[in-house]
Amino acid sequence: MKIINKAAWDKFKDCDVTPEEVYHDRRRILKQMGFVGAGALLSSQANAGVFDLFSSDEEKAAFARVALPHSKQTEYDHLLYGDLTPENKVISHNNFYEFGTSKTDPVENSQALKVNPWQLVIEGEVDKPLTLDYDDILKMLPLEERIYNFRCVEAWSMVIPWLGFSLASLLKKAGVKSNATHVAFETLYDPNQMPGQRNRYSGGGINYPYVEGLTIAEAMTDLTFMSVGLYGKTLPPQNGAPIRLVVPWKYGFKSIKSIVRIRVTDRQPKSSWNELAPSEYGFYANVNPAVDHPRWSQASERRIAEGGLFSAKRIPTLPFNGYGESVAGLYQGLNLKRNF
Amino acid sequence: MKKKSFKLTARSLFWLKCLMHAIGLLPIIYLVLLVLNDRAGGDPVQYIIHFTGIGALNALVATLLISPVAKKLKQGLLLQTRRLVGLYVFAYASLHILAFFSLDLLFAWSLFFEEVVKRPYILVGAAAYVLLSALALTSFKKVMRKMGRRWQKLHNGVYLIAILVPIHFYWSVKSEIIEPLLYLVFIALLLGVRAKKSNWWKKNSVKYFTKQERV
Repeated sequence: MKIINKAAWDKFKDCDVTPEEVYHDRRRILKQMGFVGAGALLSSQANAGVFDLFSSDEEKAAFARVALPHSKQTEYDHLLYGDLTPENKVISHNNFYEFGTSKTDPVENSQALKVNPWQLVIEGEVDKPLTLDYDDILKMLPLEERIYNFRCVEAWSMVIPWLGFSLASLLKKAGVKSNATHVAFETLYDPNQMPGQRNRYSGGGINYPYVEGLTIAEAMTDLTFMSVGLYGKTLPPQNGAPIRLVVPWKYGFKSIKSIVRIRVTDRQPKSSWNELAPSEYGFYANVNPAVDHPRWSQASERRIAEGGLFSAKRIPTLPFNGYGESVAGLYQGLNLKRNF
Repeated sequence: MKKKSFKLTARSLFWLKCLMHAIGLLPIIYLVLLVLNDRAGGDPVQYIIHFTGIGALNALVATLLISPVAKKLKQGLLLQTRRLVGLYVFAYASLHILAFFSLDLLFAWSLFFEEVVKRPYILVGAAAYVLLSALALTSFKKVMRKMGRRWQKLHNGVYLIAILVPIHFYWSVKSEIIEPLLYLVFIALLLGVRAKKSNWWKKNSVKYFTKQERV
């Protein structure tokens, strides 16, 4: 007779032998492998009602947003084309790869983001470097509501009522030195809170932290906006809480989210998508119907508005996303086909 | 004790086919409920296109798995499920294209044809779909009998489809290349298994090498 000893490996549970980050991230990893459809069906609890099927077992409380006092700035309203995109669509269809690469990942994975305390550093070629905390960000400057067209490089668009202040008014607080040529921005780097930053594969290959940049002229023009809220309330994390950039005449990826650092510099800074695929995403990234993305046309866009699946409309895309009269002057003499 | 070897019967094949239909249909019901309950995001268009595309790809992998599995388990009857699974590839691919055309392009015909011609990744996908349609249309027993040997030749086109589709997927993503790469590798393995055993391959590779020696 042979006695089989309990093998040494039997002492370990799955969570001991799987790398910790993979273990904690297993749901999303499985999802990324494309098994979510079958998995969700097979693993749903036997006693669940049919609609409980859709609530994940770890559904967290939604991020708490607070109402913000503000005035209305209507100077750019005549450049809008189309009605407001409903709030629930604005906050549930997002590109924010730090929280996952699908459109629904950000709202699912970001609700626990800690925005208070927060630190926003303004440094570089400035007279007086600033460090702003959460309250400073919301209260240092009077807030105004501006409604802007928003155009994603993936050829969908929205109309969004942002709350915030112009970037120029913020930079003036720090005092921009005369040798400054560009402004660089950086998103929070915190892999504990941002699952997409844990490895290069879960975050779509981007080298985090996400960075963006503008020329000093672009940064100082009034249209360039720092947003701290939308639809009358503070930003939800999936839209870039607590503070983000909004550059309405450029593709959405320029409007960097959850900013921790603004650095005024004397050289052109890096921008994340440009680094990843320079032939597809330029530094300027101005909305331009005449320059196609290699894999899709930019001549028209699908406007996300009120109504169901079949009520959407495809509308022609305008140069500078309709803001030519405000910003075309910034690019005089520049070949916009080459400098896309 | 020796186990009695299991043999698939016509009756169990029937239930297996029912199970396959269930696996094929449930994801569609799931998708419809997701969309109706606003669980596919504020703008579910991309979600639907991606979901149906992945569905077609998964069904394609399943089709390619059947014959190696049937060989391994010595269950010849299993080969009769290939038509069923293959038609699900066609159904999902059709939904995928329909979603792109109706929900994303909103029935803009000229834009549709422009995009097919201008975008290599769409062209690759479209080519695979045309071939897939030919396979679906000739999948009836009657046609099969009528076509005789040419039928097998045409239906070997599934291997070309299996090469084109993962390329289409890989090419279409912005930067999330891991998932398409996994499919590429897996399908390459499935095709590799066949190439090793294929007479054509043996014959032609021998020819090639002997030619080389003569030079």
